[in-house]
Amino acid sequence: MSDEQLQTLKPGQSPHEPEKATLEGKNKFLGFWFFLGGETVLFASLFGTYLALKDKGAETKAQELFGLELVFIMTIILLTSSLTSVYAIYHMKNLDFKKMQLWLGITVLLGASFLGLEIYEFQHYVHEYHHTFTSSAFGSAFYTLVGFHGGHVLFGLLWIVTLMVRNAKRGLNLYNAPKYYVASLYWHFIDVVWVFIFTVVYLMGKVG
Amino acid sequence: MSTATAQKQGFGATLWDYLTTVDHKKIAILYLVSGGIFFLAGGLEALLIRIQLMVPDNNFVSSGMYNQLITMHGTTMIFLAAMPFIFALMNIAVPLQIGARDVAFPFLNSLGFWLFFFGGVLLNLSWFTGAPDAGWTAYAPLSTTSPGHGMDFYVLGLQISGAGTLIGGINFLVTIINMRAPGMTYMRMPLFTWTALVTSVLILFAFPALTVGLFLMMFDRLFGAGFFDPTMGGNHVIWEHLFWIFGHPEVYILVLPIFGLFSDIISTFSKKRLFGYSAMVFATVLIGFLGFMVWAHHMFTTGLGPIANSIFAIATMAIAVPTGIKIFNWLFTMWGGVIRMTAAMLWTVAFIPSFTLGGFTGVMLAAAAADFQYHDTYFVVAHFHYVIVGGVVFGVFAGLHYWWPKMFGKILDEKLGKLAFWPFFIGFHLTFFIQHFLGLMGMPRRYWVFHSGDGLDLGNLISTIGAFFMTLGTLIFLYNVIITSIKGEKASADPWDARTLEWSIPSPPPFYNFKQTPLVRGLDPLWVEKRQGNGKMTPAEPLGDIHMPNNSFIPFMISLGSFVMGYGLIYQVDDSRWLFVAIAGLLITLGSMFVRSVKDDLGYHIHKEDLEEKGAGSE
Repeated sequence: MSDEQLQTLKPGQSPHEPEKATLEGKNKFLGFWFFLGGETVLFASLFGTYLALKDKGAETKAQELFGLELVFIMTIILLTSSLTSVYAIYHMKNLDFKKMQLWLGITVLLGASFLGLEIYEFQHYVHEYHHTFTSSAFGSAFYTLVGFHGGHVLFGLLWIVTLMVRNAKRGLNLYNAPKYYVASLYWHFIDVVWVFIFTVVYLMGKVG
Repeated sequence: MSTATAQKQGFGATLWDYLTTVDHKKIAILYLVSGGIFFLAGGLEALLIRIQLMVPDNNFVSSGMYNQLITMHGTTMIFLAAMPFIFALMNIAVPLQIGARDVAFPFLNSLGFWLFFFGGVLLNLSWFTGAPDAGWTAYAPLSTTSPGHGMDFYVLGLQISGAGTLIGGINFLVTIINMRAPGMTYMRMPLFTWTALVTSVLILFAFPALTVGLFLMMFDRLFGAGFFDPTMGGNHVIWEHLFWIFGHPEVYILVLPIFGLFSDIISTFSKKRLFGYSAMVFATVLIGFLGFMVWAHHMFTTGLGPIANSIFAIATMAIAVPTGIKIFNWLFTMWGGVIRMTAAMLWTVAFIPSFTLGGFTGVMLAAAAADFQYHDTYFVVAHFHYVIVGGVVFGVFAGLHYWWPKMFGKILDEKLGKLAFWPFFIGFHLTFFIQHFLGLMGMPRRYWVFHSGDGLDLGNLISTIGAFFMTLGTLIFLYNVIITSIKGEKASADPWDARTLEWSIPSPPPFYNFKQTPLVRGLDPLWVEKRQGNGKMTPAEPLGDIHMPNNSFIPFMISLGSFVMGYGLIYQVDDSRWLFVAIAGLLITLGSMFVRSVKDDLGYHIHKEDLEEKGAGSE
């Protein structure tokens, strides 16, 4: 690895897969997949805990607590943000830096609005139902599972914004392409976890 | 960097070098030294436990202090001694065995070490204010209601060091998959590398369960959550599950690499190719897989019901099959071989019957109905010390004797090595064999005293005498380390007439390991060249520039930040101003990560001309 890695790549140049063109890139790619494997166990443990403690010790049960309208909108927003990050990576593979930044920007906006809605949702539960982290085992489990996901969204946003700002002036190169790529992998993972939260926590919560 | 140049540096420069190093060989030394210190601390705790239990109704330590001693002994030995020893051996051997110049992520390697180190230091600082006292398994509600901050130190200390271990696991996975030299196919990898691979998979999938368990306990103890509090609807069995979903694979995380290094050692010192190589690989993978299916055998008496108990009992017994395959393959490797009884081989040969005894009692414990009798007695204590000491500790001693020349360029004194072995080996069986019977006679574990007239006096006295023998063995080994470093015999590249790639380069290796990446032509590549070639590895590439990573102080800062944050979180329950300390720690960590993210770190090149100058000496 050397200075040639820092040369800005332009559309029409090779390689087609800049994220895997170097050994460092390949290592990052594989290592990050493994990391996501570990994260899967982490969330699986949280899901297991949540299912064991659902409705336990709480005055307001899940069925009464949750409304699907807001959560549905949040789901659509987050799923869309995954799509926009796919567009960003598509443009990265064509070495079109500007379009990639644009689509990542849209991804960040969608992610931030998801996070805003989630904070509103939590506020709503706390104020309307006194459903808090310390009110019951159900509350602890709910806020821990959904909050861990929210924390991941926040970290992902900070990560992508840092990448975008850091590289705004110098464009895409073989050094930062793997960084963009694994950040997008992380974003997809967050999205997949949310699909499970939507199903296990909210949909299954509603049907009892 | 060879030791010769290191000696020329001042102390400050050397210290800075180790604080910032990303070289896997130096990180191995860091793991070894810190693991060694924690091992001595844990050993001292064990000695105090045995002194307390030397005679009936003893008052050597108070009951509260006894609880702290047993908790810290178990926690220290598993997380802060055995784990770093495993990582020390993996760091020194794995990259060299696959013909790599370093691990896949040198920076993360350093980060993993410093997180482990600061987690361990945090945990041990609890001694000043009251150590954890709910047992190393920290069952709720005992742990969640334990007064003082001891258990908070347990939770935060293990959380931080666990993060380091996870990072290390991912690092070795990618290293072994992506960084192998040309020709080093999976089925040509030395068994130690294979077991390191499977262990890394286990780390990856087991540690996050502990992470979650520790988070839940932290939320319960420090932030008023109700996961394990039945009055809030909580359920303490969740902790047992999470802990053992991590805890059982952890046993295999520790012992698999040891199996691997025994395979390498037996093959080397029997001058024979490992018997049943592919069966050994298969058994390793199978043990790794089954290791995840058996956690509830620690919970037979929890009340999961007969169906669950039966399933987990059968799965547990099944593990005896691949383990048996290994035992027989080791024996068959030695059979007909030209055996050299070096110190490393002595530990290895002693391991086989000792560990097998632990395996037998394991199958006994797996019988769920019988386990109701054994549960929480000294029978269990005897069992797991037979597998952990008879397996892991013997293995670490063997591995240190074997790879010491590669780590430090000197051979540990063989005579002293054998002199250390005998008291340790005899002491080990004195200490723990009798405990089987103490357990069967009904002596419960974790009790502060036993009474005279219960018929437990003689057994406990023998056990304590054994502990002193083990201490003597350890001290002789330490003396050996010191005397070797002062006037030890300089090691050649291949002092054992060995078979694998790490012995094809000088001891200690140059900091770039391989001047030219070797071409691997078969299993036991160096042996292949010794028999069919000129005894030297054929290079797979022309001499060229070598790319090396830069040293970095950032891993130390990230870990320091999490240490500060841990301290703040522990004490914010007493005074909310400690929250600022926690936030300061978080900012140090995130800030260091930010710096790492925005600063380009491209490494540097060693030029071909410089390599040629060093020429003859280093190959």
